[in-house]
Amino acid sequence: MAVTSMIGARIQRREDPKLITGHGNFIDDVNLVNMAHMSVVRSPHAHARIRSIDTSAAMASKGVVAVLTAADFKPVIGGPLPVTNSFVADKKQVPEQFPIAADEVAYAGEPVAVVVADDRYLADDAAQLVVVDYEPLPAVMDIEKAMEPGSPLVKSDRPDNIGWDAAFPGGDIDAAFAEADVVLKQRIGQQRVFPTAMETRGCVADYIPYDNRCTLWTSTQVPHFIRLFVGGALGVPESQFRVVSHDVGGGFGAKLRPYPEEYLATAASKLTERPVKWIEDRTESLQATTQGRGQIFDVEVAAKRDGTLLGLKFTQLLDIGAYHGVFSAFQVVACLLGGGCYTWKAINARSIGVFTNRMSTDPYRGAGRPEATHLVERIVDLVALELGMEPAEVRRKNFITSFPHTNNFGLVYDSGEYAKSLDRAMANIDYPALRKRQEELRAQGRYTGIGFSTYVEICGLGPSSATAPAAGIALVESSMVRVHPTGSVTVSVGTHSHGQGHETTFAQIVADTLGVPYDSVEIRHGDTGDTPFGYGTYGSRSLAVGGMAIMASCHKVVEKAKKLAAHAFEASEEDIVVDQGRYFVRGNPSEAKALAELAFASYGAGLPEGMEHGLEAVSYFDPPNFVWPFGCHICAVEVDPETGGVSIDRYVAVDDCGNVINPMVVDGQLHGGIAQGISQALFEEVLYDDETGQMLTGTMLDYFIPTMAEMPHFELDRTVTPSPTNELGVKGIGEAGTIASSIAVINAITDALTPFGIKHVEMPARPDRLWSMIKEARA
Amino acid sequence: MITAPFEYARPRSVDEAQSLLNKYGSDAKVIAGGQSLIPLMRLRLSQPTALIDIQGIRGLNEVRRDNGSVEIGALVRHVDIQRNAMLRESLPILVEMSNDVGDNQVRNLGTIGGVIAHGDAAGDYNAVALMLDAEIITNKRRHQARDFYRDIFTTALEHDEVVTAVRFPVSTGRFAYTKFRRRLYDWAIAGVAVQETGSSWRVGYVNLATTPRRGSAVEAALAGGASAADAAAQSGSDIDPTSDVRATAEYKRHLTQVLTVRTLQKATMAA
Ligand SMILES: Cc1cc2nc3c(=O)[nH]c(=O)nc-3n(C[C@H](O)[C@H](O)[C@H](O)COP(=O)(O)OP(=O)(O)OC[C@H]3O[C@@H](n4cnc5c(N)ncnc54)[C@H](O)[C@@H]3O)c2cc1C
Repeated sequence: MAVTSMIGARIQRREDPKLITGHGNFIDDVNLVNMAHMSVVRSPHAHARIRSIDTSAAMASKGVVAVLTAADFKPVIGGPLPVTNSFVADKKQVPEQFPIAADEVAYAGEPVAVVVADDRYLADDAAQLVVVDYEPLPAVMDIEKAMEPGSPLVKSDRPDNIGWDAAFPGGDIDAAFAEADVVLKQRIGQQRVFPTAMETRGCVADYIPYDNRCTLWTSTQVPHFIRLFVGGALGVPESQFRVVSHDVGGGFGAKLRPYPEEYLATAASKLTERPVKWIEDRTESLQATTQGRGQIFDVEVAAKRDGTLLGLKFTQLLDIGAYHGVFSAFQVVACLLGGGCYTWKAINARSIGVFTNRMSTDPYRGAGRPEATHLVERIVDLVALELGMEPAEVRRKNFITSFPHTNNFGLVYDSGEYAKSLDRAMANIDYPALRKRQEELRAQGRYTGIGFSTYVEICGLGPSSATAPAAGIALVESSMVRVHPTGSVTVSVGTHSHGQGHETTFAQIVADTLGVPYDSVEIRHGDTGDTPFGYGTYGSRSLAVGGMAIMASCHKVVEKAKKLAAHAFEASEEDIVVDQGRYFVRGNPSEAKALAELAFASYGAGLPEGMEHGLEAVSYFDPPNFVWPFGCHICAVEVDPETGGVSIDRYVAVDDCGNVINPMVVDGQLHGGIAQGISQALFEEVLYDDETGQMLTGTMLDYFIPTMAEMPHFELDRTVTPSPTNELGVKGIGEAGTIASSIAVINAITDALTPFGIKHVEMPARPDRLWSMIKEARA
Repeated sequence: MITAPFEYARPRSVDEAQSLLNKYGSDAKVIAGGQSLIPLMRLRLSQPTALIDIQGIRGLNEVRRDNGSVEIGALVRHVDIQRNAMLRESLPILVEMSNDVGDNQVRNLGTIGGVIAHGDAAGDYNAVALMLDAEIITNKRRHQARDFYRDIFTTALEHDEVVTAVRFPVSTGRFAYTKFRRRLYDWAIAGVAVQETGSSWRVGYVNLATTPRRGSAVEAALAGGASAADAAAQSGSDIDPTSDVRATAEYKRHLTQVLTVRTLQKATMAA
């Protein structure tokens, strides 16, 4: 690679001036002539039979264009929502979900009718006039009760409430446990949380009759994926179906699937012959956008007295919700990563996916890896406590130290230096001083704690060899790099930023690789009309996979430019040297041509024999492996034993995502990620009434999203261990913060409360719950 | 998230507001800053057929001091209270509270008249109005705060009654307010206000029952010479909290004791 100037540069994001001055282009900014507005009538019941729907009063309401129910949609929407549950091979049940309920609803918030009207106000008014006659049925809310034979069913046409039951054997677990000096058991919960993007979902569908042509503007992470499925269901070929997603105000995994409303709005546009807009309000979002986590782990660990970890057994009970999320089964990756960054003789995991009468769970920032980290880091602390060892020492003793490392399930960790990030984090927080202070404060009746999280995660989804079992998916990524005649460059990609800053970081890569000014590079994404097919943005894949697709196209362009230079200099191609965008004959750098000159020539007369005009390339990149970021987070807290209140005194993170394209963007991803993990540890929890299945946290007043004021100062640092998986040497960083942070906080709280004999604390560590635990422990 | 349809009127005087309320009938509502009413309307939990916007009425946004009391106009906003130098001298506990009501947007719009009329047990000022024996002045009468708060979101106000001002005794003794909450802009999970008046203490409780509560039992214990801790132990009979998504009732009872002690300590140490 040439001497780099832009890769690694700490430059501000080029998308920000627009966004922070209110010039972003979000979904509600899309307005078309003659556009109608859709309001969705949703089930107020968690489980009920629909006896009848009376739309007459709504139809008669002012400004109403149409009131549509399943019966109207059936002829237009060909088939159910997609489900990619093939990640799990064993027993599985995949009930079909049509975008709108016909005769039975299975969660509060499920669509039962839509109203299309001249404006949003009229649509909402009329939606209140749709009369649905429901016969309430028993709601199944508890995961374990739902598994019992004879439990009421989540939906009456199913044999039971089990979505999958999959075993993941990783070695001889009995042998591992046979060697144990200590065996410990712990149940560890993962409460349901809302992904809570700042921009809720929404879409505008514009179906053009006669041409069978459609444009769908939608707030999504995966425009091509939406086109594939919504277009497919509506019978509009890709060539006629354009999905456009401009700025996206956050997704966190909850916008990586086609949703019922995208089908309904598109079909409604077809049925009413008008463009149709639907904007999800916050309350709808809490009910009808996929949620994260919702799991229980029963864990058993075997260790030797000297702290050597031997075996790990656990079962993941996962609350699927009423229907599979499109990628719900991906969350079983928690099983494959449950061993964390340690060596184990054997791991035996099992995942049971259970239906309940709730909205679906689906990937949420980290998807399975936060759960894995939480589980293993909790368990390692329990082992340390039991053996009277320093938590850091148990970790150090069991770290994987040589790479590539094949874990118990055959996954290959590409590179890592786990002890280095641990050492660095301990130095940064001045661990010995912190422990000493803890002693002093305890003597004064104050309770401080220090919590570790040493994590490794799997991202950069993903090599086709690994994803193939999932319905033959190849999670490759694409790019098209086009150098225009005067040298400006358009780069179109299949990934799609929903806040990550791709327009900046991708342009940095292109500027260096092609040797063109950063400002001359334009990144295009989010519009299937002018980007090559791609799988979108999730799983911290955009740089490690998408960035590599860009590199590949840039290399092709450079190759062609070399041929053009050789022709111009009447030299042989082997003698052409490329140095920071300057092309010259070896030994004669003073007579060089810039890429812009070669580009101009490529569109003109006098090309070499047989060369096609133009300077552009298309590439698809299929990574040979995943990438494996890692690091160490240490959190220091104080718990007020009288109120149960937790304050975070320090938060130190040392992360390693390989080579860094833009340190500021990496820090930004970490800030947001860590905040979300802390938030799960202390604040967030989706609550439903156990009996009625009604959501109890249906507004932002009752659902606790913390603010900046509740966040500590993040003390960030990094180590750099390049990934051997890709030429850029990069790993993903979009999810690492969330993956690492919840358990750093929980381990710190647990550490603070050990004088009370408390060994384990569940999330969210609400003050009232901590206080009850302390009270019980004292009694 | 979109309100049901409603009529809108912007009267120029209190009399006009009253006659509009009578004209539109019992489903009409006064709107001031809208910071409590609009969230309810947005969820369609409240569906008034007409909004009588009193923000155009002159003279309701003044703060006056006379004869040992301060009178605060109904349209005085939280931000006005925060910035009012005279209030800082005459009724500092209210200023202290105003700094922590909601966020900037809420403080820029929400009014003291709205807090009082809404009668929310979580409305911080209501506890102070109650414990200091404030007087609520309307177009029709003067209410004593102790008779004003009837039940959850229910006050002694009649349908066509408009709060025009709230009158507090000047209170310059030692005071403190503790608002226990989990997010900076949030309502109190529990709030404890204490104010020294003459030689005795007044105690008020925020969000610990369906209405604001006065800590009468705690006050009596303090008057009888009890320590802060012993007095706080009496708080159980002053409050009646319920469990919700924020905390259990049992915890709130315990928290009230802890906060009562801490707030009394804060008040006495600050002096
Ligand atoms: C995010 C958020 C956080 C908040 N946090 C807090 C908090 O921590 N503490 C707190 O105390 N408050 C809080 N509030 C509420 C805020 O203080 C409101 O401003 C206040 O409760 C009502 O004042 P308003 O002028 O907005 O009244 P409105 O919302 O306009 O009206 C409220 C009710 O009072 C009636 N009303 C209003 N004025 C009069 C009048 N003069 N005469 C007769 N009736 C009248 C209305 O008809 C309505 O029923 C919060 C609000 C929000 C949105």
